[in-house]
Amino acid sequence: MPRPVRFNVHPREADIHNNIAIAEMPAGLQGEGYFATSLERVVGLARKNSIWPLPFATSCCGIEFMATMGSHYDLSRFGSERMGFTPRQCDLIMVMGTIAKKMAPILRQVYLQMAEPRWVLAVGACASSGGIFDTYSVLQGIDQVIPVDVYVPGCPPRPEAILDGVLRIQELVHNESLRRRHSEHYKALLNSYGIE
Amino acid sequence: MELTNDYIRQRLEEKFGVDVSGFEQPYGLLTFETPKENNLKVMQFLFDDAELRFQFLTDLTAVHYPDQPGRELAVVYHLHNLVDNVRIRFKVFTAIEQPDVFTATSLYASANWMERETYDFFGVNFVGHPNLKRILNVDEMDYFPMRKEFPLEDQTRIDKDDEMFGRGGHIF
Ligand code: SF4
Repeated sequence: MPRPVRFNVHPREADIHNNIAIAEMPAGLQGEGYFATSLERVVGLARKNSIWPLPFATSCCGIEFMATMGSHYDLSRFGSERMGFTPRQCDLIMVMGTIAKKMAPILRQVYLQMAEPRWVLAVGACASSGGIFDTYSVLQGIDQVIPVDVYVPGCPPRPEAILDGVLRIQELVHNESLRRRHSEHYKALLNSYGIE
Repeated sequence: MELTNDYIRQRLEEKFGVDVSGFEQPYGLLTFETPKENNLKVMQFLFDDAELRFQFLTDLTAVHYPDQPGRELAVVYHLHNLVDNVRIRFKVFTAIEQPDVFTATSLYASANWMERETYDFFGVNFVGHPNLKRILNVDEMDYFPMRKEFPLEDQTRIDKDDEMFGRGGHIF
């Protein structure tokens, strides 16, 4: 029997009372009229909840990402309301889909155009490892050309998995030391990719 | 008069005699073969003839037959008569050591990119092509990936367990 079509004729009132997520206060010292914490924690908190993602969607995983951005899964709930389509303004590049070898220099250039601090999320088997395309034309994982922070497995990953990946990025952003991007370690990492 | 396969065949045989051979009609598509020196002459005839009018090049590609010495590479032309809506296909064979075939670009402008693609994947050298360089693969590629001696898998990977991917190890 076909499933009856239901129309949303009795919309429920949104229950926003006591239902708004508020970021937790960072640890610190407080007393009457003052609160002291480290700058790093505040910056981390602010960055974490206002990530601007740059979608770099090339194939089927990109479709899954569209669902993630849509109202049902709604990535915006996590402070990533605005997709940026210019790398210069974005903090997080989400690479979703098969990256052909010919696409690799372009991906790399987009990454180079992003300002520090920047994060990279590889969504799906293809972006992470080449996936089923073990072939002459496909890049075997974007980590051959740019450093990746979080990998989301799946072919394609469900939107929940993509959300989970974004939450893990948030965790990294939250806990990142303000000095990390100036450290020798980080410079060595970039140098290993030939990035000055 | 209706343009039938038999009629096309008859016209070709009248004109080229033994230089057209191997006529077949798989799924009703007239198919034949001609020596590679002859490819432009056949195309020009099919193009210019007032009845045949094969003036549209649908497809141009190649096939690699490693176990046919001297005729390893087949270049396949699909032509279409848009007036009578009739298609035909013909092939020329060439040795892989010297894969030179005359370009069809002077007759069909659409052959330009298709010949570049065929060069890119099979290494067929189209003599007289205005811009014969890779079109789909990366420029640094130094082989022709659709030739049968090259395995499909990317050979540069080191992080995959070969046994799991049917490379090197034994499946049974
Ligand atoms: S991982 Fe799977 S779903 Fe995602 S782009 Fe690759 S083939 Fe498509």
